[in-house]
Amino acid sequence: MTRYSAFGLLTKALGGHAGWGRAWRDPAPKPSYDVIIIGGGGHGLASAYYLAKEHGITNVAVLEKGPIGLGNTGRNTTIVRSNYLLPENNHFYEWSLKLWEGLEQDLNFNVMMSQRGVLNLFHSDAQKHAAARRGNSMRLIGVDAELLDREQVRAMVPLLDFDNARFPVMGGLLQRRGGTARHDAVAWGFARAADRLGVDIIQHCEVTGIRREGGRVTGVETTRGPIAAGKVGMAVAGNTSRVAAMAGLRLPIESHVLQAFVTEGLKPLVDTVVTFGAGHFYISQSDKGGLVFGGDLDGYNSYAQRGTLQMVEHVFAAGVSMMPCLSRLRVLRQWGGVMDMTMDGSPLICRTPVEGLYLNGGWCYGGFKATPGSGWCFAHTIAKDEPHRLNASMTIERFRDGRLMDERGVGPWPWAQ
Amino acid sequence: MHRIDCPWCGPRDEAEFAYRGDATVRRPAHDAGIDAFYDYVYTRANPRGWHTEWWHHAGGCRQFVKVVRHTMTHEIAGTGKAGDSLPVPAE
Ligand SMILES: Cc1cc2nc3c(=O)[nH]c(=O)nc-3n(C[C@H](O)[C@H](O)[C@H](O)COP(=O)(O)OP(=O)(O)OC[C@H]3O[C@@H](n4cnc5c(N)ncnc54)[C@H](O)[C@@H]3O)c2cc1C
Ligand SMILES: [Zn+2]
Repeated sequence: MTRYSAFGLLTKALGGHAGWGRAWRDPAPKPSYDVIIIGGGGHGLASAYYLAKEHGITNVAVLEKGPIGLGNTGRNTTIVRSNYLLPENNHFYEWSLKLWEGLEQDLNFNVMMSQRGVLNLFHSDAQKHAAARRGNSMRLIGVDAELLDREQVRAMVPLLDFDNARFPVMGGLLQRRGGTARHDAVAWGFARAADRLGVDIIQHCEVTGIRREGGRVTGVETTRGPIAAGKVGMAVAGNTSRVAAMAGLRLPIESHVLQAFVTEGLKPLVDTVVTFGAGHFYISQSDKGGLVFGGDLDGYNSYAQRGTLQMVEHVFAAGVSMMPCLSRLRVLRQWGGVMDMTMDGSPLICRTPVEGLYLNGGWCYGGFKATPGSGWCFAHTIAKDEPHRLNASMTIERFRDGRLMDERGVGPWPWAQ
Repeated sequence: MHRIDCPWCGPRDEAEFAYRGDATVRRPAHDAGIDAFYDYVYTRANPRGWHTEWWHHAGGCRQFVKVVRHTMTHEIAGTGKAGDSLPVPAE
């Protein structure tokens, strides 16, 4: 497989872009692998890549029931940041952001990582104090955070409704290193890089059962026949409860739907990522010019990958309160993805009670930014059979032991996280 | 959009209700131990299929309505009062 380069692009362009060739192979499943990863989203593909790259484990297959990257990886609003309050989360997401910063060189793939900043608005004194506290918590461990006043925010995003009678903009917490990335390219880039190191990426291969013998994993059943494996990792996002149930596990997770939207293309309007503090709404502008935005969960258990109109109306109302100029725009597309919501809103990267079976899930609506860090930590956990210190607290047992990582402090209600 | 048949008010728009989750979990006896309480508070079957759940008619009569709803099609098979045991259709 050839390396991508500016020179290669130029010569291919002169040849009318014929002869690019496949970016990764299309192998038939082998009878057995050292490690099988279930789920060809960003997390599964990144896990396979880091298993090969960091741990030299290359006899690995990623099994994906459809084409890769069409789950939540291809459905999210692409925001990347590490502005968390709790140290366990913040150390982990900061490591992930550092991996993002070198990802294109590492993968030899343009994932269009754009560090355009992530700005969280606040609209009351209480919110300002919470933002300052979170910013301090970030700075204490060396993550960049700046508390902006109203005029500094106005200089960045002039079209906000600063004097909204109910929610005046008082300022914002800015992480300049945050931003967006091209979601599909992340899946493709990891797939291509993993494939180069010998990983088999097997599409249209649904896992239908998890084989066990005496409390230990021995392989999986699939729609393309049984495949043996020494170790099996699950990275199936919204389907986590269903796949884990194949190994008799019952998890602190519910599946909920989250919607996203994109408008017609516009001249540059927002050159950063802005989140509303008075409602669930976040917005950025894609390179094609469309405004990409989303809001809150629909709020009921669902596997449907589509939401209902009530939430559409709610998201638009929040958006127009924050930026009244949006009211004239037309929305071109709208879609939904199935979130694996945990009971505390934080993820799981851990061993399971079944020996040789590992879990990567519970990413809620915030797992895109985690993609490289999650794959890196999951690969470590699988290769060494113990967590890295960055994911040591992301266990299933934390719920039973009362060590929740409840970033928002809302209690065990997945639809409220 | 869901239209939920409240046993007290009749068919009403989803927007009047607040979702309150899985209606099959039961509070264990006070001395049942940590594992039983862990299951009660945190773990869920989370099926892709029929789900018996609570919808609180917060913008109406304020009663809790039990609903059997499909989590893939969003179809509602039946609704009832809190004490009713509702039949769950076969998949
Ligand atoms: C609308 C929306 C907006 C979001 N916005 C953001 C955001 O701005 N920032 C952010 O950080 N995160 C965001 N997220 C969350 C983020 O998209 C996810 O957390 C992340 O992409 C999860 O990646 P994944 O690889 O775990 O899951 P997925 O990409 O869903 O991959 C899981 C894969 O497993 C496969 N699979 C499932 N069951 C089986 C089986 N039995 N056998 C084989 N394969 C199987 C699926 O087909 C799927 O491809 C958003 C999500 C949505 C839906
Ligand atoms: Zn009612």
